[in-house]
Amino acid sequence: MSISLLPFLACGALIAAGVTLLLERSLVRVLTGVIMLSNGVNLLIVTSAGDAGRPPFVGTAGMADPLPQAMVLTAIVITLGVTAFLLALVHRTWQLSGTDEVQDDTEDRRIRLRSRRGELSDAVRARRDAYRRLVAEQRAELAHLEAEQAERERLQEADLEQRISRVHTELEEWSRGLREEGVPEEELHRRLEEAGLRAEQAAMDNEERIEQLRKEHTRGREEQAARERDLRRRLKARQREARRQMRAAIREERERQALAQDPELEGED
Amino acid sequence: MSLESLICVPVLLPLLAAGVKLAIGGRLRHLQAFISLGALCVTLAVSVVLLVAADRNGPLVTEIGGWAAPVGISLVADRLSTLVLVVSQAVTLCVMAYSVANAYDRQEHDAPMAIFHPAFLVMVAGVSDAFLSGDLFNLFVAFELLLSGSYVLLTFGGTESRIRAGATYTLMALASSMLFLIALAITYAATGTLSMAQLAVRFGGLPEQVKLLVELTLLLVFAIKAAIFPLSAWLPDSYPTAPAPATAVFAGLLTKVGVYSIIRLEALLFPGGPVAGLLMWVALATMLVGVLGAVAQTDMKRMISFTLVSHIGYMVFGVALSTVAGLAGAIFYVVHHITVQTTLFLVAGMIERRTGTTSVNRLGGLMKATPLIAVLFFVPAMNLSGIPPLSGFLGKLMLVQAGLGAGGWHAFTLVAGSLVTSLLTLYAVAKTWGKAFWRLPREDRVGTVVESEEATGEEPTVTTVALPAALPLSVTALVALGLTFTVLAGPLSGLAQRAAGELMARDPYISAVMGRQE
Repeated sequence: MSISLLPFLACGALIAAGVTLLLERSLVRVLTGVIMLSNGVNLLIVTSAGDAGRPPFVGTAGMADPLPQAMVLTAIVITLGVTAFLLALVHRTWQLSGTDEVQDDTEDRRIRLRSRRGELSDAVRARRDAYRRLVAEQRAELAHLEAEQAERERLQEADLEQRISRVHTELEEWSRGLREEGVPEEELHRRLEEAGLRAEQAAMDNEERIEQLRKEHTRGREEQAARERDLRRRLKARQREARRQMRAAIREERERQALAQDPELEGED
Repeated sequence: MSLESLICVPVLLPLLAAGVKLAIGGRLRHLQAFISLGALCVTLAVSVVLLVAADRNGPLVTEIGGWAAPVGISLVADRLSTLVLVVSQAVTLCVMAYSVANAYDRQEHDAPMAIFHPAFLVMVAGVSDAFLSGDLFNLFVAFELLLSGSYVLLTFGGTESRIRAGATYTLMALASSMLFLIALAITYAATGTLSMAQLAVRFGGLPEQVKLLVELTLLLVFAIKAAIFPLSAWLPDSYPTAPAPATAVFAGLLTKVGVYSIIRLEALLFPGGPVAGLLMWVALATMLVGVLGAVAQTDMKRMISFTLVSHIGYMVFGVALSTVAGLAGAIFYVVHHITVQTTLFLVAGMIERRTGTTSVNRLGGLMKATPLIAVLFFVPAMNLSGIPPLSGFLGKLMLVQAGLGAGGWHAFTLVAGSLVTSLLTLYAVAKTWGKAFWRLPREDRVGTVVESEEATGEEPTVTTVALPAALPLSVTALVALGLTFTVLAGPLSGLAQRAAGELMARDPYISAVMGRQE
């Protein structure tokens, strides 16, 4: 017996279209899908009976198999009843909610809530991390500034010492020159004393300057520390605020969820 | 009147009663109750007679419409089908008594009651037909019969949540019905028959691939009906919203019809096929995923729904072993589980009726408030989780022994998985028990009261609504039935062994149906 491909292709097309529509959210489309699907399946049963075009009852040799036809009739009647019920269901859904779309169920909503909560806490965590990074960066900058300041001080001190030692050598050279010139010893001492006094004066001035610089530096550090403390306080406040907001949002969401859930879970009897 | 002609009674009588009740309408409440209960009593008695006859003389066969077996539709009553038939009829009788008691004092539920009983009876007829059917197409019709009854029961009253649940349930059932029809078309095209006995013979001569295709398609259909793991998501979504008696029967019977069909499919049509290995993994996944879902739930009805999914895994486990001991364990477990699951849902319904909620977060102190309900919950709950002297333990023991007897690391993994599942079930049930029954009552834990006459409101106690006396009575009968299985475990497991032996032999069934031809 040769098999015609056409009925099979028709079955495939009908069933494919039916399944696609069955996956829709709108119940009317689903209903259309059910009808197409059942037509495709019924066609498949008829096709399974064998070749088309043979008489159903007459004779025995070339007779078509009557059993699948009886089965298809039963299947058609059953589908009719179920379709009618489904139609009533669609109508009732539309009456109750104004749409014919299938709503999410409790479990779906719970999972969505959980994922939203996860997203929220992820966001909070990301923000907190960003703040931490910021604080760390500022601290590093501070340390860098301090190091620079210390370096500058060291350089200044070294400079001063160099100058002092230069003055000393000059002094010695000068006194040696004087001695060679034959300047009397008293005169030399007197001059040396004068020069020493001047040098001491200069050294004292330098010490004062160093002291002043140190003071400035400590003041600067205190200011920096105060600024840092302030920054940290502000950061903490902001973090607290963010956390408070998140908690409030979660609580609100939970309450909303509870309100939405209760009538769902407690089917009245 | 011969014994064979009695086989149609469990199918025809409920249908007839449904028709009569539709004709009566909402009037004559006492007559209504009498007809429903009477019809179910008679079918129960007939089922018992059939069970005894089938156990003594082997399978009984009747041909509807007088057509001979391969062409006409035959109803076959062998040990397995009559055993589950008897249990299902006993359970439906109790549930019917419950729903009659539940409705009697509520005058405002008059009008829907006219629909409830006929739909219920149609469903019962469908269940009986599915158990007795000796023909795959008739099995399809039986499924449709019980499903159309269940559609009505699930969307009973037409509230928003039930319509929502009904949409899921109906579409899921429709999709599986379409798959069933496709499987039937393939089977008919390949073998030219749909009579199970003849199929069992003719499948032997088919190429392996065709056999596997048919087997997997049919298995898919029955797995959807039985809510086996990857196909179980619809069940906890739709069952808990239905009225308590409807949920109880759905949980007890409709999933077991799927399991029964899988047993028939695997034992009669495709013995020793390559699918057994697949079934083992599916059984393991069903057990574990279901029970983990149950542990996570805070609503009592949803928790019980998840344990239902989980314990279907035990029966599939027994079938997957494909030994006589495994099948016997599965059959014993089906019998035990029908009773226990139904009882638990009815008790949840009683709790809801009394306190207005089944959320364990809002319940508390039920132990003191309603000690009777506490006992009625406790016994089947312990039975479900397999505490030693009870039938749940015996069923699990049979399955574990069968698993160890079968050997192989697949079976050992399954045994371990089943023990873990049992423990987790105990945990889920104990959690519910501790919260709802043992915890002290507090103002916010008290269930919201529906028109309570006795709410004193002074001190924080559980305020409840009085129940009609017949309500706990019907549930007590069910609990007693469950305990009977414990007491009569010896004869029952013997019967299960004989039924499994008959199934594995295949010959008695085939020759009983085909023998009439000559």
